[in-house]
Amino acid sequence: MSKEIIKIEDLKREFTMGTETVHALRGISVTIKEGEFVTIMGSSGSGKSTMLNILGCLDQPTSGVYEIDGVSVKDLSRNQLATIRNEKIGFIFQSYNLLARTSAIENVELPLLYNSKVSTEERRERAIKALEMVGLGERLQHTPSQLSGGQQQRVAIARSLVNNPVMILADEATGNLDTRTSYEIMSLFQELNKQGITITFVTHEPDIATFSSRTVVLKDGEIIQDYQNHNVQSASAELAKLPKQED
Amino acid sequence: MRLFNLFKIATKAIILNKTRTLLTMLGIIIGVASVIAMLAIGEGSKESIRTTISAMGSNMITIRPGADDRGPARGSGGEVQTLTLKNFETIKEQATLLSYMTPVVNGSGQVINGSNNWPSTIYGVNPEYLNIKVVDLQSGSMFTDAEVQSASKVAVIGQTVVDNVFPDGQEPVGQMIRFNNIPFKVIGVLEEKGENTFGQDQDDVVIAPYTTVQKRILAIDYLNQIMASAISEDDAPEAVTQVTDILRTEHKLLDYEDDDFTVRSMEELISTFSSTSEMLTILLVAVASISLLIGGIGIMNIMYVSVKERTKEIGLRMAVGGKGSDILMQFLIEAILISITGGVLGVLLGLGATVFIEKFLNWPTSVALYSIVISFAVCAVTGIFFGWYPARKASALDPITALRYE
Repeated sequence: MSKEIIKIEDLKREFTMGTETVHALRGISVTIKEGEFVTIMGSSGSGKSTMLNILGCLDQPTSGVYEIDGVSVKDLSRNQLATIRNEKIGFIFQSYNLLARTSAIENVELPLLYNSKVSTEERRERAIKALEMVGLGERLQHTPSQLSGGQQQRVAIARSLVNNPVMILADEATGNLDTRTSYEIMSLFQELNKQGITITFVTHEPDIATFSSRTVVLKDGEIIQDYQNHNVQSASAELAKLPKQED
Repeated sequence: MRLFNLFKIATKAIILNKTRTLLTMLGIIIGVASVIAMLAIGEGSKESIRTTISAMGSNMITIRPGADDRGPARGSGGEVQTLTLKNFETIKEQATLLSYMTPVVNGSGQVINGSNNWPSTIYGVNPEYLNIKVVDLQSGSMFTDAEVQSASKVAVIGQTVVDNVFPDGQEPVGQMIRFNNIPFKVIGVLEEKGENTFGQDQDDVVIAPYTTVQKRILAIDYLNQIMASAISEDDAPEAVTQVTDILRTEHKLLDYEDDDFTVRSMEELISTFSSTSEMLTILLVAVASISLLIGGIGIMNIMYVSVKERTKEIGLRMAVGGKGSDILMQFLIEAILISITGGVLGVLLGLGATVFIEKFLNWPTSVALYSIVISFAVCAVTGIFFGWYPARKASALDPITALRYE
């Protein structure tokens, strides 16, 4: 039985807008185990973003249990949340969010700059290793403007890996990419998952879900579906099926 | 370690925005440079006043007849005849803090040598005058006490007088000149002193025994002034009191009566002039400080824009584990670095400007170390003060909102 990375029980999140209370999440329960590749799906307004924010320790639930790697998040302060994000979570965003005019390696080093336990040498070493893992070992000194969209997202993935997180949290990570590049990125995620990295992928594209091992579907703040995917598609195989690009 | 990292992040941000940083710094640079230059001018003029006055004899004490004429509606000192030779003798006998002393009578007139003539002032004094004024002779000799006793018609003249009545380069010593038609034999020439701070030509004088000037030229038996020098500069204020007491007794003044004479030391004169120049310095520095303040507001402005512009970056930094305090420190360090770098450049520019003013405008300047220290400290404080608000704002951002900011 593998370790529980995420444990959510009867989690609720309410927002007060003037006199109205908006129920973004109406008591959901879900558990994610180590090594899983979960996609969280849902249309806009389903509570997907709220769940992502809570999963990413950017926001806190109104009530219910949220534990990440055995740590209960509910009563942590702003600073303690920052430390959790720094040590346990790797973020990947739709718009990459790389620092402009800053080299790939420095972008990847960023999370470690906020971790005083990591020395300068170790930081550099780990950043190089992470960039090699995503296949950018040759482009350490390139700035975002010198990289393609797919390469920029790879830098972002390397950045999410560099702190050895217990979970990678991707928010529409292929949303800005064309089909070919997004398949490339998905195959990279699958490879990382094979190496034992837990991935939670928030998306609204159904074909992305076919690459994951489990899918959770949200609607109106509730989980309406949660199923294991027994027929996981290989992204690299799908990539090979695409018509050849003309250079 | 952590602080070092934040320092690196801040430096990086500064380097990435060179032009903007430089423009921001400009306000601080100009502010600091002007504070330093203004203080240097102020200090310089103060010092130059002090040295000129000291060159005139810093322990000199002057005694004039008549009350302090700084007040309104009082008789001018020169017209009052209350200072006599007898007063001089009494002071000379009783005062213990004076080293030299001379009666002074003076009048203006025409110096004539053959076809050359020149308007000048004659001072009737005794030989101690040279010690009081701290001047030497460049040729010839001073008249003696015996010559004063006998009211000899001998004179020592200044360089300006020499230049004007002996234009052919003749040796003046031994020649005869006339002052207001009274013939004098030139027995010495004073060394050149040039103009003093107040623009008075100190070489445009004729010096003769006071007895001669009293009898032959002015036909008076009172004195215009008594000059003395205190034993030392420190003794000058005490000597002033002593002379005042002696003269009050001598003049039989009752307690409620004002002095009918004025005793002043050079020290007082120095402080009068210093306070004038000090006020000017304060004014200049106040203006310069305003520009420093504006420079500080410039920093706040840019940091504020920078925080707005980098909202998304701040969101990312928070998402990957940057704490509010990390973000605060980053922006604060940025602001401080900008202001301190600006401060250093400002000090250099200020020193450069000071050299320029001294060389090309010929104004006396003197850079005081304290002016550098102060303006530098002000810089650092400006950085913290004006960097705080934007940095605080950045650190208080909500990471979710910041990440979605476009």
